[in-house]
Amino acid sequence: MAKLTGREEAMLAGEDGAAVQKAMELLIRYADALGAEDFVETNNVAGVPGSAPPWIKQYYAADGGDYRAVFSRFDLDADEVVDIPRMNAFSCHLQGGMDPMLWREQGMSEAAFDNFRSDEQQVAEHGIQLLKTCTPYLAGNVPVMGEHCAWMESSAVIFCNSVIGGRTNCEGRESTSAAMLARRIPNWGFHRDEYRKGQHSVDVAVPVDEVFEWGMLGYFVGGAVQDTIPVIEGAIAAPSLIRHKHFGAAAASSGGVEMYHMVGITPEAPSVEAAFGGARRGETFRYDAAARRRTYETLNSVGQCEDVDYVMLGCPHYSIEQIAHAARLIEGRKVHTNAELWIFTSRSVKALADANGHTETLRKAGALLMTDTCSAISQAVPKGTRVAALDSAKQVHYLPAMMGIEGWYGTTADCIDAACSGKWRGRLA
Amino acid sequence: MSGAAMAKARGQTPDYIIHGRCVVPGCVEGEALVTHDTISGWGGVSPMTGTIIESRHELNGVSFAGKVLVFPGAKGSSGWSSIFHMTRLAGTAPLAMLFNVMTTKAALGAVVLRVPTLTDFDRDPLAIIRSGDLLRIDATQGHVEGWRAIR
Repeated sequence: MAKLTGREEAMLAGEDGAAVQKAMELLIRYADALGAEDFVETNNVAGVPGSAPPWIKQYYAADGGDYRAVFSRFDLDADEVVDIPRMNAFSCHLQGGMDPMLWREQGMSEAAFDNFRSDEQQVAEHGIQLLKTCTPYLAGNVPVMGEHCAWMESSAVIFCNSVIGGRTNCEGRESTSAAMLARRIPNWGFHRDEYRKGQHSVDVAVPVDEVFEWGMLGYFVGGAVQDTIPVIEGAIAAPSLIRHKHFGAAAASSGGVEMYHMVGITPEAPSVEAAFGGARRGETFRYDAAARRRTYETLNSVGQCEDVDYVMLGCPHYSIEQIAHAARLIEGRKVHTNAELWIFTSRSVKALADANGHTETLRKAGALLMTDTCSAISQAVPKGTRVAALDSAKQVHYLPAMMGIEGWYGTTADCIDAACSGKWRGRLA
Repeated sequence: MSGAAMAKARGQTPDYIIHGRCVVPGCVEGEALVTHDTISGWGGVSPMTGTIIESRHELNGVSFAGKVLVFPGAKGSSGWSSIFHMTRLAGTAPLAMLFNVMTTKAALGAVVLRVPTLTDFDRDPLAIIRSGDLLRIDATQGHVEGWRAIR
């Protein structure tokens, strides 16, 4: 049984209200399942609280079928419905189900939009910030080194742990919703020093520089080390935010990587020795030209037909740098009549893109800049999509399987070319 | 395994017993569904049918509804727990779970599924249990009794 502080005992006894009590009850069940001994305090929580598709609301019809019912019964997994107050921790809403303006283009119904809008209003009224992105660190929530967080979204978790040195496990909807109320999360896994040490080595023998290469390396690493912590060294060049973002998203998708060390690059890996921290060194995996080619072929194994009818960029959500780059690539060109180009980002980054004229450049070319979601999260692709082109290893891992379509992986330039020509011409250089 | 075969097996000494740590308490009896591949929740499972949909997964197209799911561990998106939570609502949840590698995804998923779950075994269930075996899970006491399917 997890040990409770006096404060936590009081929350469990209901002194902070029924919702906090239910949150504490769930967190204790969760801590016991993990085998955690106690809790850490957190004031940085990112999740997807309270929102639900109509069928889930219908399931709780007898409880009122509203936000309160869903939050109590689903998010807090409670047997009764309680009043849900304003959240106690700094709480952020990650990605959602549709674009608040372009939902018709995404094929959403009026009823689905009404459901989305009413959920969103409830989220805001409960003191949860509407970041509406898988990249909270690009939209106003950048943790600091050592900060205990409770985040969902595997690509954000791996970024927080590895690139920033913040501390979070890959939390789920129910644990983050409970943490928003109780400001606690089990003291297990990445909250603890001993858990953050490297387990396996990855030796990078071919140059990895552009984001396309970082994405492939990430996909390879996840497949190799599964859900352990890799220590990566070798020919990795030019680290940047977007390269880490794509690397981590890919590694979290092909395996279950939640933290990585890159020697001399990430903050907890000044040296190989520091990255392993005295822990036993497991296997060594080598990323060479053959491994790079195999990774490319695996990522493109769901592509057969070269007639591309959909190009999706923005997984994880594009940064302002990536939107500017895409706008520059497509300026003066047109999206092919047989194809669509959708680019996804957060609302705050879109505001910047609007101010800089990128949204307009994309619109003139026939592309749409969308927020809040992506094709995998919303399961929204242009009508009749059969073949998609993607610059994200994570998205090519998920989208074709979810939507029953073909998918190609390539560079951003390959994807923009495909959008403008309707043909896939990506090749491994 | 047919109902008659299950009834026959129950009277016999189990073919194997595995001990583990309780993740979620409870007792249940049912048929094993074993995979050596880790499981993605969101994007890897269709909650309305309990079917594994991940491309290249050993169980692609197979439903775990009503089965004892025996697997190495959870991977992928943090939507793991909510997808498994939805299988509980949709009536397509596994009957129980046995997994080797503890993660926050698998722990929280098991908690909100509210099905008997064990981990940290004295012997590797993946090396012993085969799909179709009859399992009696006592997660509260921390053991699994298994009977080989009659083939």
